[in-house]
Amino acid sequence: MTLQAVLFYLLAAVSIASAIMVITRRNPVTSALFLVLNFFSLGGLYLTLHAQFIAVIQILVYAGAIMVLFLFVIMLLNLGDSQSLREVISLRKLAGVGLSTAFLLEIIYILGFRVSDFPAGEVTRGLEIGTVEYIGQKLFTDYLFPFEITSILLLAAIVGAVVMAKRKLD
Amino acid sequence: MDILIASTKIAVVLAAMLTSVVFLVLVERRMSAFIQNRIGPNRVGPYGLLQSVADVVKLLMKEDIVPAKANKPLHDLAPIISIAVAMTTFAVIPFGNAIELFGTTIKLQIADVNIGILYILAITSLGVYGLTLAGWSSNNKYSLLGGLRSSAQMISYELSMGLAIIGVILMAGTLRLDVIVEKQTEYLLGWLPAWNIFLQPVAFITFFIAAFAETNRLPFDLPEAEPELVGGFHTEYTGLKFGLFFLAEYMNMITASAIVVTLFLGGWHLPYADMLGLSGFALSILQVLTFCGKIVLVLLFFIAIRWTLPRFRYDQLMSLGWKVMLPLTLANALVTALILLAF
Repeated sequence: MTLQAVLFYLLAAVSIASAIMVITRRNPVTSALFLVLNFFSLGGLYLTLHAQFIAVIQILVYAGAIMVLFLFVIMLLNLGDSQSLREVISLRKLAGVGLSTAFLLEIIYILGFRVSDFPAGEVTRGLEIGTVEYIGQKLFTDYLFPFEITSILLLAAIVGAVVMAKRKLD
Repeated sequence: MDILIASTKIAVVLAAMLTSVVFLVLVERRMSAFIQNRIGPNRVGPYGLLQSVADVVKLLMKEDIVPAKANKPLHDLAPIISIAVAMTTFAVIPFGNAIELFGTTIKLQIADVNIGILYILAITSLGVYGLTLAGWSSNNKYSLLGGLRSSAQMISYELSMGLAIIGVILMAGTLRLDVIVEKQTEYLLGWLPAWNIFLQPVAFITFFIAAFAETNRLPFDLPEAEPELVGGFHTEYTGLKFGLFFLAEYMNMITASAIVVTLFLGGWHLPYADMLGLSGFALSILQVLTFCGKIVLVLLFFIAIRWTLPRFRYDQLMSLGWKVMLPLTLANALVTALILLAF
């Protein structure tokens, strides 16, 4: 096995194990920390695919910022009483189970029967695609419109957050 | 062979950092004593040089106390996260130009990655977990308040830090730290070294202030403000685990200084050094020494600030971060981009 394959299996095992721990732990802080570990191993998987930019953004944004806010909220609300978090099976959960089963079947179908459909040339181009320069270039030329639309979406979210915070202050 | 070179570099850098911490703590104590018109520790060894060694031995011998209602695994994990983050950040910083040894050219940088600066930002953003978890897992209200303060503070100042760097990235056109340093070895108007401190003064000041906040140093040491929070996030820590937090704080200080030197003060560049006519090897050594010297100067400034300025109040800290630093860094990025576009 090459070093890359070893790294892949290691990171994949860690990411699956930590994902299972996220949904099985009763303590919300422990769950959140396993989610951070999961993000970390995903970042590592991106690195093995030469997607350095995505890997570092995964850690910077998800592990470094969003999960810190999650932890912040969990600690402030002090959700220590894990018994109160025991949930019942609802319609929404059943729908979730159905959707994830469908997704799993889809992945099995693609990996099992349609691998030959993937263009072989794209894989070897991984080295250049993952760099910051390439992503920036694509983002500001081919994908400029979606990029700008996203910024409007974010602006709307910021205005919404300010409105929500203001209402409580008044 | 590559693995051997890489592990040697890691060992040398780690050993250098750990040794510097020992002296840094002593320098800090002696300098604070000087500022406060005291004598400071001078009993252990000549000039008190072995004071830090005595302190380390004391910390090692102390009993490890975990509060009864604490979350034991997380209480143990928090200092480990802090120290791991502090140790890994330095990996991408170039501490010298390439050096010729036994016929092979060795780059004086542990990891030469495409995303240099982003790596630093990503790793430092994880440091907050150490403090937050320490605060929460101790099951003590002062610790919790310290932990919450640290997460709010670090998230707020991370933004200004990242945005301040954008000016530098725009000038260099790359995220690679070695290229950023290389760009600074040129001269402006034929005599002034093209260091980013001269080209990006606003970015330098805001980045430096944010670095103080990120390392939890006075005037931004709200997470451990003694008069109000006992000891802040590390109130319930003793012995070696407390020592790890202490070590992490000083290592973070060294790394922060190294980043400031790399981004704004020309890194290993010694102006007019090529006029000395040194051979390749001697020049490389001189450059490494220059880098270390610059770090020492920044560290002394760090320490002098700590013992000169009073602590911010919490609301002042937040309004400085969000209402002054953030707009300032945004404006700096905008102006830099406009100027680069115009010329």
